[in-house]
Amino acid sequence: MTMLSERQQLSYIAAQAADARLNVELETEGMTLNIGPQHPATHGTLRIIARLDGEQVIWAEPSAGYMHRGYEKLTEVRTFPQVTALINRIDWLGSFANEVPFILAAEQLMEIEAPPRAQHIRTILFELSRIANVSLFLGDLGVQMGAVTPVFMAFRDREYVLNLIEGATGGRFHPNFDRIGGLKDDLPKGWLDETRQVMKKLRNFCDEIEDLLFGNEIFQSRTRGIGVIPADVARQYGLSGANLRASGVDWDLRRDQKLPLAYDKVDFRVWTHPDGDSWARCWIRLQEVREATKIVDQLIETLPPGPVMTKVPRIIKVPEGEAWVSTENPLGEMGYYVVSKGGLGPFRVKIRSASFNNISITPWVLKGVYVPDIITILASLYFILGDIDR
Amino acid sequence: MGLVDRGRLPAPLTKLFNIGRSYSMWVYQWGLACCAIEMGAAFGSPRYDVMRLGVIPLPASPRQADLVVVSGTVTDKMAPAVKRLYEQMPEPKYVISMGSCANCGGPYWDSYSVTKGVDQIIPVDVYVPGCPPRPEALLEGVVLLQQRIKHEDMGARWRGEGFKPIKRDSEPIVVGGGPIE
Repeated sequence: MTMLSERQQLSYIAAQAADARLNVELETEGMTLNIGPQHPATHGTLRIIARLDGEQVIWAEPSAGYMHRGYEKLTEVRTFPQVTALINRIDWLGSFANEVPFILAAEQLMEIEAPPRAQHIRTILFELSRIANVSLFLGDLGVQMGAVTPVFMAFRDREYVLNLIEGATGGRFHPNFDRIGGLKDDLPKGWLDETRQVMKKLRNFCDEIEDLLFGNEIFQSRTRGIGVIPADVARQYGLSGANLRASGVDWDLRRDQKLPLAYDKVDFRVWTHPDGDSWARCWIRLQEVREATKIVDQLIETLPPGPVMTKVPRIIKVPEGEAWVSTENPLGEMGYYVVSKGGLGPFRVKIRSASFNNISITPWVLKGVYVPDIITILASLYFILGDIDR
Repeated sequence: MGLVDRGRLPAPLTKLFNIGRSYSMWVYQWGLACCAIEMGAAFGSPRYDVMRLGVIPLPASPRQADLVVVSGTVTDKMAPAVKRLYEQMPEPKYVISMGSCANCGGPYWDSYSVTKGVDQIIPVDVYVPGCPPRPEALLEGVVLLQQRIKHEDMGARWRGEGFKPIKRDSEPIVVGGGPIE
């Protein structure tokens, strides 16, 4: 063995020590990251507990219940007309859409049906609340990736839709306009012309968002191929709405189901996307806003004359029975299972809300993703906390 | 700030400081439920634009904030987090309770899981009624809070005694439609 100088020996020892230190440093320890319960990137107060290995998630679990307000119990102590005031607030962005399935279930039990004009106006307001809901999603999507401009545009154009809803119902946010047997009032004068103009504005907004956000390179690289949900997994977890259609399943309750709403009188396309990634989910929702504006336009043209309220007793008593009605709400399938014992109020109401099932896939889909992608995947799944916790 | 603590600041200087403080509030948006969207419309939309009132709705952390808007239903599970957030804020701090739920429980007055009013856990300066209140109502609440800050005794606030008017015999601020100054 050749003799080394003292200086060489020292440098050799230092190099060995540096190697050893490097090996120790590279061996990462697990870390638990707590996101929430209040976080600027979450819609509401969802808490996600994620176990990290370096930058990768190895285990994640949503912790719901921070917004649990006890709807199902409260409906048992309210009368039927009072329940609609309560259930408006489940999915607070598309409020009118929450009322429709419950009212339809109650009408089914009473064996009455709303007049055709009321059904048309219901469908128009249903689609307007879908636009109000999803347009905010499109704006909020940018915020999750660091772009602030789209949210200003979304709030600007959403105000037009809220003005329409306020003009027709009197409520900007929670209309409480649906009644058993019809609607509270007819549409005001000049409402239809304004709606036509607003729908044009909304289509422009969709084009703007598609150029500005969906065409953005950063947006595409943050969402393409990330958070992929295959069709069979999506079905197993009970996803619904745009999340399911983005996985390539052609499923839409508006088209597939026969309900006393005016969807069978309009011509619209149900968009699907084969990819199942975050980008597909966002893109499907963008197309849905476009389709909703077209549905509203067609319904305005074919609005039938007549009354908006059928004959119902002053004090509403729903006969004994059970009914299940679900509709395609902005977030997915929303259904009410109403049990009546013949009293003034429901005996039991089971609420099937879309976000609860949509969020149940997070432990599966967040496994193995990187930390910044948690936010984009959650944003693209699009949940509303009132809809999860009820 | 020793002078302020002891309440020795001359009244004209206090008024000057108060005007400065009232027009440079950093507000933390503690959005909990439906009202969070109306708060977003008030603070983040071009139609209502809160920055013209001298309020900056941007801090990412309660540690940078002077004012917190508690908007939405506070549930019993959420209440410890709300209290902890309030304790993280530096003095002087102000709270606006937005919406019926945060004021008193609102439509969930008989629910088993809802805290009936955020004032049970943290002190509230301004209540904004409505379910949810319109963005204009929230902006009026901000204006009322600014009026309140202008008439405030800074010494009492710095000592943690809450709101006390500058002069004992000064007119109380009429909230809700009436003259405020």
